[in-house]
Amino acid sequence: MSLLMDQSAEELECGMDNPVLPFLRKDRIPHIWCPGCGIGTTVNSFCRALGDSGMDLDKIAIVSGIGCTGRTAGYLNLDSFHTTHGRAIPFATGLKLANPDLKVVVYSGDGDLTAIGGNHFMHAARRNMDIMVVCINNFTYGMTGGQVAPTTPLGPTQTTMPFGNFESSFNLPFLADACGAVYVARWTVYHVRQLAKAMKEGLQKKGFVFIEAMAPCPTLYSRRNRLGDGVDQVKYFKERSTIKNGVDTKDVGLTYQGDIVVGKFVDRDRPTWMDSMNDHFGKVLGDKYETYGAHHG
Amino acid sequence: MSDDQQRKGRGTVFVKEEVCKGCSYCIDFCPTHALEFAREFNAKGYHYPVLGRPDDCTGCDNCGLYCPDFAIYGARWKDIDEKKKAK
Ligand code: SF4
Ligand code: SF4
Repeated sequence: MSLLMDQSAEELECGMDNPVLPFLRKDRIPHIWCPGCGIGTTVNSFCRALGDSGMDLDKIAIVSGIGCTGRTAGYLNLDSFHTTHGRAIPFATGLKLANPDLKVVVYSGDGDLTAIGGNHFMHAARRNMDIMVVCINNFTYGMTGGQVAPTTPLGPTQTTMPFGNFESSFNLPFLADACGAVYVARWTVYHVRQLAKAMKEGLQKKGFVFIEAMAPCPTLYSRRNRLGDGVDQVKYFKERSTIKNGVDTKDVGLTYQGDIVVGKFVDRDRPTWMDSMNDHFGKVLGDKYETYGAHHG
Repeated sequence: MSDDQQRKGRGTVFVKEEVCKGCSYCIDFCPTHALEFAREFNAKGYHYPVLGRPDDCTGCDNCGLYCPDFAIYGARWKDIDEKKKAK
């Protein structure tokens, strides 16, 4: 069967192919995301990170929850699991603990990770579970129809906030930092190279990694609020972003169409949950205890 | 794109026209503004990008990094020739 993503005659002639294709399930493209949606661009960056990391793709698993971003697990050419709403992190935790050799990546949206899955997020960060969490933040619930999210800034209208949102929003990097994440970064869909680099660093980092990627939702956020199309939001990201690596995360909160701080905010080390468990049982039980997942933490 | 055609610029792009959703990311973020929308559209009704100013394409693949639909990528002639030779 021929696929839309198959090499064209022109490509076959010179042996060229899109460099991201080895990381995608070619038969599932085109994906379901709207024209101008930024999620695809973040997946593009993730494919570059997978390639640049040089890691064995059989040793990486990807887990996502429900939502537009939740579809990502189904498009990547990795072992993947599409969990129930908000439960990507607990599933990933189990996967990691049962298979300490795996690098487990959670790839999901702001609503899934920090609203319904908020509790799991906090506790995985607190325990320093060795997983990488990529949160695509588009400030709304896309798949279910544009309801207000814990990341929606004050001001814009949403289907459940017809007169504009009056609820305070989360500052996600601050939340992750306060809960104990060892690596915290924020980039936008405009910052494709930096995002790919952060994802590569995240893949190689041990402990709870949190990367926020701001993305436009043209269908239910931008156009609804007369902010133009997806590309106009990306231009806003370009114009209003300042890179401030290492800045205090309490100062990186977002406002409606206001200034954006991007960068790598936190990069530190502390024992992972498995390190702590091994360490503790080793002390308490002595020789009777056999270290679990010894070399992988 | 065959050798007998005269080459312009330092690179070129490969476009999967039928996968494109016409979002304009590639066009707006090409550092040299080498791309533009085609007058034609694909089966889904989206105008896809064409290399309107081939002289200006450097093959930097910035368009490829931005495309949310994996519908375009750029490459340098130098690398294309190497691939071709290796084939
Ligand atoms: S390869 Fe670079 S210069 Fe050529 S069209 Fe793409 S972004 Fe522009
Ligand atoms: S970025 Fe991709 S989907 Fe958007 S117009 Fe360009 S080729 Fe089409």
